[in-house]
Amino acid sequence: MPKLIKNATIIDNEWLTLEKDATIDAVTGKALLPLALYLENAAALSDNSNVGVWIDSDERADALEPHLNNIAVIAINFPKFVDGRGYSIARILRDQLGYQGELRAIGDVLHDQMFYLKRCGFDAFAVREDTATEAALAGLSDFSNSYQCAVDEPKPMFRRRG
Amino acid sequence: MYKYDDYDRKIVQERVAQFRGQTERFFDGTLGADEYLPLRLQNGLYVQRHAPMLRVAVPYGMLSSTQLRTLARVSRDYDKGYVHFTTRQNVQFNWPEIKDVPSILEELAEVEMHAIQTSGNCIRNTTTDQFAGVVEDEVLDPRPYCEIIRQWSTFHPEFAFLPRKFKIAVNSVPDVDRAAILVHDIGLQIIKNEAGEVGFKVFVGGGLGRTPVIGSEIKAFLPEKHLLTYLDAILRVYNLNGRRDNKYKARIKILVKAMTPSVFAEAVEKEWAHNKDSDATLTSAEIDRVKTFFVAPDYVSVSNAEHEAQLAANPEFANWVKRNVNTHKQDGYAIVTLTLKKTGTPPGDASDKQVEIIANLADKYSFGEVRVAHDQNIVLADVQQARLYELWQEAKLAGFATANLGMLTDMICCPGGDFCGLANAKSIPVAEQIQLRFDDLDYLYDLGELELNISGCMNACGHHHIGNIGILGVDKRGEEFYQVSLGGDSGKNAAIGKILGPSFARNDMPDVIEKIINVFVENRHDDELFIDTYRRIGMDLFKERVYAKAD
Ligand code: SF4
Repeated sequence: MPKLIKNATIIDNEWLTLEKDATIDAVTGKALLPLALYLENAAALSDNSNVGVWIDSDERADALEPHLNNIAVIAINFPKFVDGRGYSIARILRDQLGYQGELRAIGDVLHDQMFYLKRCGFDAFAVREDTATEAALAGLSDFSNSYQCAVDEPKPMFRRRG
Repeated sequence: MYKYDDYDRKIVQERVAQFRGQTERFFDGTLGADEYLPLRLQNGLYVQRHAPMLRVAVPYGMLSSTQLRTLARVSRDYDKGYVHFTTRQNVQFNWPEIKDVPSILEELAEVEMHAIQTSGNCIRNTTTDQFAGVVEDEVLDPRPYCEIIRQWSTFHPEFAFLPRKFKIAVNSVPDVDRAAILVHDIGLQIIKNEAGEVGFKVFVGGGLGRTPVIGSEIKAFLPEKHLLTYLDAILRVYNLNGRRDNKYKARIKILVKAMTPSVFAEAVEKEWAHNKDSDATLTSAEIDRVKTFFVAPDYVSVSNAEHEAQLAANPEFANWVKRNVNTHKQDGYAIVTLTLKKTGTPPGDASDKQVEIIANLADKYSFGEVRVAHDQNIVLADVQQARLYELWQEAKLAGFATANLGMLTDMICCPGGDFCGLANAKSIPVAEQIQLRFDDLDYLYDLGELELNISGCMNACGHHHIGNIGILGVDKRGEEFYQVSLGGDSGKNAAIGKILGPSFARNDMPDVIEKIINVFVENRHDDELFIDTYRRIGMDLFKERVYAKAD
């Protein structure tokens, strides 16, 4: 089974990511639904803890606002790791929309981006299959401190400098 | 200048360890070349036509003599014994081995230097006026703000993978803009409002490259404490909305143009509302803390009588003072520019020995500090006037006192086809040919200030668009050709040059430039500058002369 880094440990990834053209009857087990499919069925899916939603890098999280309390997992897709839109989408979800549930990075998720992803509010990482998961886990702590505030550290260094 | 504390030091050391790990994984095959590429770029490591190139950050151009000596040693130990000063106030090594780069970075970290974000699609080194802190007419010293921006942008977690590179420049002088802020992704002009509070006029979307654009003002007065949250908002709007499908359309200038500056400004305001007054807001304690690193050195007052006598007695010295020395805000002090543009050496290049000489001159004459200027020269910012004569003699011996600052032969020139993998054409030989043609200093002085900028390709590292005369290397059926533009200006009246016409072969370039200069001389009113004559008479006369049939 593919692996997932969650809360800084490695676990099995039980979630299936459905393609954008999937229909609602494809949903079995634990599934991440594409944003449009989720929104169409949001009312019926509320409080279904086996259903999550994934957002692509050219989509926005705003439409999810009314449902945020009912969603167990939101995943943000990185089609290529150099596509950095997901970092901003994550911060908007955490800082502006107040999302508290699991925020998962999916797609081209690699060792060397882990630290930045964590800072932007991701707490789960489905690293790309060929990536050494243990090493990627270590990437979460490449740096012991940062200048800016972010989701993981609400105060910028200049408010903490002793 | 800014000194690291334990926090700063640790971040840079951890970066070195991280990059060492990445490079090891690259060599053992666990990190693919495609994935290593953006990582090494964010550490300033390019792979060029002939060899890798390592670009080292020189924050807003400031270097200590200790740092200079380390650069010299690194160039000797790991490279061919010279360093290249770039137009963005950074330093490049042109021939290091990839495997050595982690060790080079380690040596640099020991003197508080790094290569963080000197390339790649992230926020680059913030630049400013090379005369910051020592000129009378500035509103206040811009360097503390540059340092605050440096810290905010270093490993900013949200903006490491932007659509394209991102450059911020700060200017603090009302009527002069040596930092060329209008051709940066963000330009910040430090101003005071009517109540005397410090803030910024904010411009976005300026830039050179394929589509040169002058930046648009999006905020008339941003109070200083809001600097970082407002920058966050601009960057977020860009990160989410900038084009990623075409790298030539990915800079913020294209987005600002597509949205229009006023709609872009609204989007920034909307985003800013979420973050404004949050804990990311600057504190006056922090601004004051950073300012303490940029206080004036211990100036002394010394008699100038001898200096005046030396000026009167030695016209060559007087000439150099006139050309290469600027007025200091402190009585009895002067700002000296050491030119690295001697004919026969590529602009901006200095050997390890020369770099060490510069370090010695800095220690002896200027409190152990220098600045790298955009025009690829070196500035000694705090020299006693009484010691200028002595300095001049030493600088002359070392080849740094060609009195051509701001003149035609003080060109800006990118590394071009001799070093750069992206080049269409070589740029350094063109610069040399022109320098050789115009080697009569008296004639150059008569011509007055004239910026000639050369880029080896559309990426415009030599800022050809904003040279009064711009030269761009182009590829014509596999051959190197040069396109000439006139009328560019990098200052307060920033303008993009217009193309003269069809391009020229390299060997024709000195003739072409000479014809352009002749048209200028024939049409000039009194002491008019080239740019003013051009603005008055327009393009046609130049065009006619240059393209006239020789019959
Ligand atoms: S302008 Fe082109 S040729 Fe010159 S350094 Fe930049 S990329 Fe290379």
